[in-house]
Amino acid sequence: MITLAHFLTLGAILFCVAIAGIFINRKNVITLLMAIELMLLAVNTNFIAFSRYLGDPAGQVFVFFILTVAAAESAIGLAILVVLFRNRATINVAELDSLKG
Amino acid sequence: MTFQLICFYAFAAITVGAALAVISVRSPVHAVLCLVLTFFSTACIWLLADAEFLAIALVLVYVGAVMVLFLFVVMMLDLDLDPLREGFVRALPVGLAVAFLMLFEMLSLIGVRALKLAPIGDPAAAAGMSNTEWLANALFSKFLLPFEVAALILTVAIVAAIPLALRPRVGVKIQHPANQVRVDPRDRVRIIKMAAEKPAMLDAPVVAKPESPTP
Repeated sequence: MITLAHFLTLGAILFCVAIAGIFINRKNVITLLMAIELMLLAVNTNFIAFSRYLGDPAGQVFVFFILTVAAAESAIGLAILVVLFRNRATINVAELDSLKG
Repeated sequence: MTFQLICFYAFAAITVGAALAVISVRSPVHAVLCLVLTFFSTACIWLLADAEFLAIALVLVYVGAVMVLFLFVVMMLDLDLDPLREGFVRALPVGLAVAFLMLFEMLSLIGVRALKLAPIGDPAAAAGMSNTEWLANALFSKFLLPFEVAALILTVAIVAAIPLALRPRVGVKIQHPANQVRVDPRDRVRIIKMAAEKPAMLDAPVVAKPESPTP
């Protein structure tokens, strides 16, 4: 039988992969956005597992809201990315230092 | 080992493998495609957890809309990949160390108790309805106000994303409706009083047409 620990372990592994992705791709904004999506996916998996094993629909309702907010976040993030590339012709995080004092 | 468990291990392996590919492949287009695979196999895992509605919503919303948007943007940008990849090898040991440490901590928190937790049956089936009905009962009664707020957030996201990506184009002739409405007829037409003129040579002789030759 699949236990709660299976789902939680999968969520933990996905989250750590996303953390490693943020560390090793610090320059690339697109990969950073994708790593954030991976983290949200790991959290959603945990929510669904808890909802299933505690018999409470609130967890799945919360996943619904996370999906909504994540869709809004990626839409705005990609719009910012397009404007950034149009103005600076780069998405390298190391070169985006115009706010530095 | 039941069939469900075998399916779970297979889908989990695909998910983790594709997630590793997302963070390590060179081309951003390939990374987005690997992310699509990650989302799809995670939807399969959610199906195994009896969350049918959310699994289908993940495929429709994420694979169908958000990932296509990602792919759109990535293919539209003309990226120079070499400066983006520098520091990859240098940051690799730190990233792996932090990730493994966090993984160890989380796994030790999950512990053995969750492993021994006996799985209860599908709560939706126990209530005598489908998963969608079970979710909708909670969503439209207890969580109605947050549901409306979620709709509002999506509207705000649209309204915010459009002016961000919109830019004023130069060298394009466009009409401004406000200026068109505000216009005054006196700016356009000037009526001048002047004396009427006599028509010249009304009784001029009409030039006769030449006769067409008859066969």
